[in-house]
Amino acid sequence: MAETVAYIARYAEVIAAPLWARTTVTSVRHSGDGYAVVTNQGEWRCRAVVIASGACNVANVPALAAAVPASVTAVTPLEYRNPDQLADGGVLVVGAAATGVQLADEIHRSGRPVTLAVGEHVRVPRRYRGRDIQWWMDASGVLDVRFDEADDLARARNLPSLQLAGYPDRRAVDLSALSSRGVRLVGRLAGIRDGRAQFSGSLRNHAALADLKMNRLLAAIDEWAARAGLDGAVSPPERFAPTAIATSPPLTLDLASGEIRTVVWATGFRPDYSWLDVPVLDRKGRIRHAGGVVESPGMYLMGAQFMRRRKSALIDGAGDDARELAAHLAAYLAGRHAEARARRDAPSGPGLRPAAATL
Amino acid sequence: MTAAAEKQIDNGVNVTALLGAREALTAAPEAAKFNWRATCKWVNGTHSRTSVKGFFGLGQEQSHKTEFSFDVDHPEIFASEDRGATPVELVLTGLAGCLTAGVAAIAQLRNIQLKSVKATLAGAMDIQGILGIDSDVRNGFEGISVKFDIDADASREEIEALVAQSQKRSAVFDIVTNPTNVSVSVN
Repeated sequence: MAETVAYIARYAEVIAAPLWARTTVTSVRHSGDGYAVVTNQGEWRCRAVVIASGACNVANVPALAAAVPASVTAVTPLEYRNPDQLADGGVLVVGAAATGVQLADEIHRSGRPVTLAVGEHVRVPRRYRGRDIQWWMDASGVLDVRFDEADDLARARNLPSLQLAGYPDRRAVDLSALSSRGVRLVGRLAGIRDGRAQFSGSLRNHAALADLKMNRLLAAIDEWAARAGLDGAVSPPERFAPTAIATSPPLTLDLASGEIRTVVWATGFRPDYSWLDVPVLDRKGRIRHAGGVVESPGMYLMGAQFMRRRKSALIDGAGDDARELAAHLAAYLAGRHAEARARRDAPSGPGLRPAAATL
Repeated sequence: MTAAAEKQIDNGVNVTALLGAREALTAAPEAAKFNWRATCKWVNGTHSRTSVKGFFGLGQEQSHKTEFSFDVDHPEIFASEDRGATPVELVLTGLAGCLTAGVAAIAQLRNIQLKSVKATLAGAMDIQGILGIDSDVRNGFEGISVKFDIDADASREEIEALVAQSQKRSAVFDIVTNPTNVSVSVN
């Protein structure tokens, strides 16, 4: 963590641009041929704006949360700090993306029995053929797949995060690992009726879909490794046992019995654009953009899921996106709109990448 | 075009029309709101007849080409006259029809030629529930199993992926696996 903070802080020194700490933007709106930006430190005018305020400002809480009995405390991952915050007793973690599986693992280790409600999820191994999975995805070009090359961009942008954790012991946090440690797996939380949680009977299919997709990714990695001449230099291909799901996972759970004391809503995050007074949001509240170029001229987005390439929301993905968008922005400021458009649409150089990498 | 696509895959599914509809409805989501209907008339004993004809979709009233009707009854061991399938067998019928249609459509989309598809369904039920003998036993199925036998020009993994995706996009799979609000009233 300290290493990451220092890494980010060094940007401030290297860039040497004016940096305004403790400055909250409360409004951005059109003004003349640019934008008026209102902050708690005064109002600024600018011709271009880069929205890099993050994709995870607000925790999603489903509407059915209103039906959780008052005896159960609800916590979002943004409020959660450690298991000691939670009452002793059972915890229902809803959601099995990275946040949900990590919290299920940590809370279970604190001695609180954990039930994990699982919908669509993305399973990958932490280590594959002797290397970290991120090394493979980076080296093989999976992370570089561009937004204009993705088979189904809308789907790719909504994909849950990978079931991974960065523990020093590199332990797995996939569903099989969690259930072998004693976490109880149930299907997607589909409803709460009379204080009873109802879980979908689709857990087996969700696990089967995740296993199939993981195997397709590993096959694409193996194919790339063979072409790149890595066979022999790394361990041989591996395949992992299908996700272990109980024969009949529970379909209901009485939330009022006292067994469950806490519900953790690990049901994703969304950006907060409440300060953005420019009409660029679609009916779902997402910014309309093409690879980070927002439809309002001079407005750009950074750090959104699969914005220009699969790694766009990763720290490592910011550099390539920033280079391309900075070039577009500079061209825009120089008044060369046509050139800017051409630059946006030009494909990047083809790398050596798996033909059918899918997540 | 890949070699597989040039082979003229035909599962009898008009994928172009389906993809066109998906595109059109993404632009006009209001038109995607459908309403399905059925009308049931009691005949005698446990025998009833349900018919379907009209439905609502794409912003207006629609209709099947003809009216379809389904006789529903119970077998003789239930002291009934066995003039039709049981309601729970019709639930299995709906699930089978939905998953099988999905397999065909997704296979067409993925350029997989189907030769035969057979689904065998079973729903386990302890009728102590419906008879009110034991309140710990639920009325409905304890579980449903669906076994597909599929002969197609595809690997086992591709066939498994077809079946998994078909469940993901199935209305009836969703209806039987997830709770749905049902309001029953008397006119």
